[in-house]
Amino acid sequence: MQKIGVFICWCGSNIAATVDVKKVAEAALREPGVVFSADYQYMCSESGQRLMKDTIKEKGLTGVVVCSCSPRMHEATFRKAAESCGLNPYMVEIANIREHCSWIHKDIEEATEKAVILMRAAVAKVNLNQSLTAGKSDVVKRALVIGGGIAGIQTALDIAEAGYEVDIVEKKPTIGGKMAELDKTFPTLDCSACILTPKMVDAAAHEKIKIYAYSEVEKVSGFVGNFTATIRKKARYVNENLCTGCGLCTEKCPSRKAPNEFNEGLNTRSAIYIPFAQAVPKLAVIDPAACIHFKTGKCGLCEKTCDAKAIDYNQKDELIERRYGAIVVATGFNVIKLDNFEEYGYAANPDVITSLELERLMNAAGPTGGTLLRPSDKTHPKKIVFVQCVGSRGQRPCDKPYCSKICCMYTAKHSMLIREKYPDTEVYVFYIDVRTPGKNFEEFYRRAVEQYGVHYIKGQVGKVAENEGKLRVYGSDLLLNEQVVIDADLVVLAAAIEPDESAKKIATMLTTSIDTNNFLTEAHPKLRPVESATAGIFLSGVCQGPKDIPETVAQASAAAVKVVGLLAKDQITCNPCVARSDELLCNGCSACEKVCPYGAISYMDKEVNDHGKREVRRLAYVNEAVCQGCGACTVACPSGAMDLKGFTNKQIMAEVDAICR
Amino acid sequence: MTDLQKQIENIKRISGANPEKCMRCGKCTAACPNYSEMEYHPHQFVYFIENGQLDRLLKSDSAFRCMTCFACVERCPRDVKPAKLIEAVRLTLIRRKDSNYLKPDEIPQKIDEDLPQQAIVSAFRKYTK
Ligand SMILES: Cc1cc2nc3c(=O)[nH]c(=O)nc-3n(C[C@H](O)[C@H](O)[C@H](O)COP(=O)(O)OP(=O)(O)OC[C@H]3O[C@@H](n4cnc5c(N)ncnc54)[C@H](O)[C@@H]3O)c2cc1C
Ligand code: SF4
Ligand code: SF4
Ligand code: SF4
Ligand code: SF4
Repeated sequence: MQKIGVFICWCGSNIAATVDVKKVAEAALREPGVVFSADYQYMCSESGQRLMKDTIKEKGLTGVVVCSCSPRMHEATFRKAAESCGLNPYMVEIANIREHCSWIHKDIEEATEKAVILMRAAVAKVNLNQSLTAGKSDVVKRALVIGGGIAGIQTALDIAEAGYEVDIVEKKPTIGGKMAELDKTFPTLDCSACILTPKMVDAAAHEKIKIYAYSEVEKVSGFVGNFTATIRKKARYVNENLCTGCGLCTEKCPSRKAPNEFNEGLNTRSAIYIPFAQAVPKLAVIDPAACIHFKTGKCGLCEKTCDAKAIDYNQKDELIERRYGAIVVATGFNVIKLDNFEEYGYAANPDVITSLELERLMNAAGPTGGTLLRPSDKTHPKKIVFVQCVGSRGQRPCDKPYCSKICCMYTAKHSMLIREKYPDTEVYVFYIDVRTPGKNFEEFYRRAVEQYGVHYIKGQVGKVAENEGKLRVYGSDLLLNEQVVIDADLVVLAAAIEPDESAKKIATMLTTSIDTNNFLTEAHPKLRPVESATAGIFLSGVCQGPKDIPETVAQASAAAVKVVGLLAKDQITCNPCVARSDELLCNGCSACEKVCPYGAISYMDKEVNDHGKREVRRLAYVNEAVCQGCGACTVACPSGAMDLKGFTNKQIMAEVDAICR
Repeated sequence: MTDLQKQIENIKRISGANPEKCMRCGKCTAACPNYSEMEYHPHQFVYFIENGQLDRLLKSDSAFRCMTCFACVERCPRDVKPAKLIEAVRLTLIRRKDSNYLKPDEIPQKIDEDLPQQAIVSAFRKYTK
């Protein structure tokens, strides 16, 4: 028989105001196995823990139930306290009488009754608890960062600086992400490339960092401390050890009509190309969809031009398998497609552009060499209309319900840069709200209005129509309560941003979760913002939610610290609550293997002694290091052989019985 | 509940629209092709109904000026459906108690050969209390 102590926490008034804690304490004493009960103001406080420890020692408790907040908050606290005085930590159970009870009920009598029932269930479980010992597993001292935007680069640099190896896998031919496309950056207006490229170069040069550009992670198996990833290195058709990045081939290539991704399709590039001058790695890559050689077998000019003999039309994708202790997702974002927003005429009119396209039109390395020209007739626009919140904060199927967060600031940036460079240009900004929380952000936006004379109009644009070579913009000015009509030369749409289209696939591959908008979900929205709910998987940058560069970099470094904290350990403690199959009950049916999402179950032939009968049987075997304790197999097992330690079928049934009693 | 509040509830019910969803972007008014003909604009219909100022709308002829082109409904990012609210205001005006829009003595002048008799009967029913 167990000797169980029950401790009921008031949680100040959080619990005590709705649950009669004294009654729960009295009721506990009537439960089988319970030898002690007490209520206390704050069980998690030092004196609360001391009360628990002293009682364990004095009464020789073999089990403890704490009726308090969610086990997610303090299970670890109480288990540690129990362990410090010699009790196995898995002999401690939490009855959640706060989130599951006091917070959601108003009636004291009802809440007290429920608290008693929850306490009873926990006591019933502890009566069947057994001491569990957690195993240890080794930590592979290398991290994988998926995505090489500013988030991925910063995370990798910080991990490498701490002395650990880190690989960056970037799907594009170069690292840099969206920041590499930007012109100047708010709130200080420093040139994006000037602050980004040194970091790109640092990453490439760092002895601890390996960059797999033009590569994708195809498969991940394993668990925290010991993941195995399969990386597909896509064929560049250029030998990266030989190519010097001289770019001669790109000049000679006769196929020059492929849309230039780096310039947001505003101009074209050759079939063999280097994304931009500061690309890292600076290597040519052939786009087989545009290459004449791949289409007709002819041409071959680049091969002839290349002195380094780097061109290799027969190159194949390469699969690389690497082991990692931790994985960081930094897959970033894209601006949404605007084809469904016909009211703004984006698809129909070349002079209606996105803000990201404007970045390229203002950038010295862009298609116009930094001179702002209309895409249609290459003239200077004299009147420019900016439209904010395009596709953000809406509820139509083409809209995103959230605020994209960065658009108010970059629109203020764009309007100021234009007024600075072209003072004779009139700039109008249609806004619903201007949202500029952040250090020096409001001041930045006010400068656009007060110093640069940008016309901010509260209202949205309802229609953009071509009219004699201009764009007739119908908007509303809600403060004047008027419809306004502006004949503009250029219309710039602040399009909503969304997670990269690979986010869902990546989340599934890493068995971590995404929200309804496909942003990866953090383990706790306030207290664990850079960890995912899956151990060993961390989040960095916009893949977790919209943010600007300062916030991205802060989060990237935070993720790095978490990774370093993990890699610094030689071994990590495994979860002892893993599955185990009973040899005498298992019939080797494979039902469990099919449902295990972690591939933890295999089969082996083994001789068993079934009540004196000796025979060789095919039996399920759980790899304890891989099992995550999800319990799927225990439900699937038709013969009741599979059981989860710490949550055995018997324990669960005892809890149910206790509740129904 | 006052009469006005009842009328507002009624308008919300028959329109099936929820003015509380409006985020005051003004896109409906920006898109309205009949802007210059209307004293009050679609975003104002939404705002006035939300804020209990229906009487202003009832005193104006704006509801009858709306062409029911549904541009505002189509463009609204929050799916508020301003034109449906306007339609409901129109119905409220038409169905108002004790207001005879069509008097029996006016009917003889309205009759002409092409007008189906049915139309007169139904108009009489609809616009007369
Ligand atoms: C028009 C515009 C202007 C802006 N101006 C500013 C500004 O002035 N100041 C400011 O602070 N912020 C600005 N921002 C915001 C800034 O761009 C972002 O905060 C920043 O780029 C986020 O970095 P990231 O690394 O999270 O994402 P990204 O830059 O999107 O990087 C993600 C990287 O991951 C790669 N990737 C994606 N999926 C995979 C995969 N499955 N496998 C491998 N690789 C993958 C992508 O190719 C990309 O290289 C602006 C944004 C826009 C759209
Ligand atoms: S072989 Fe292809 S990539 Fe090379 S020069 Fe010809 S078209 Fe360009
Ligand atoms: S509990 Fe079962 S299904 Fe879940 S991870 Fe472990 S072995 Fe696989
Ligand atoms: S339905 Fe009426 S209010 Fe709406 S846009 Fe058309 S005319 Fe304007
Ligand atoms: S378009 Fe919709 S959300 Fe915007 S003001 Fe009109 S009703 Fe409100």
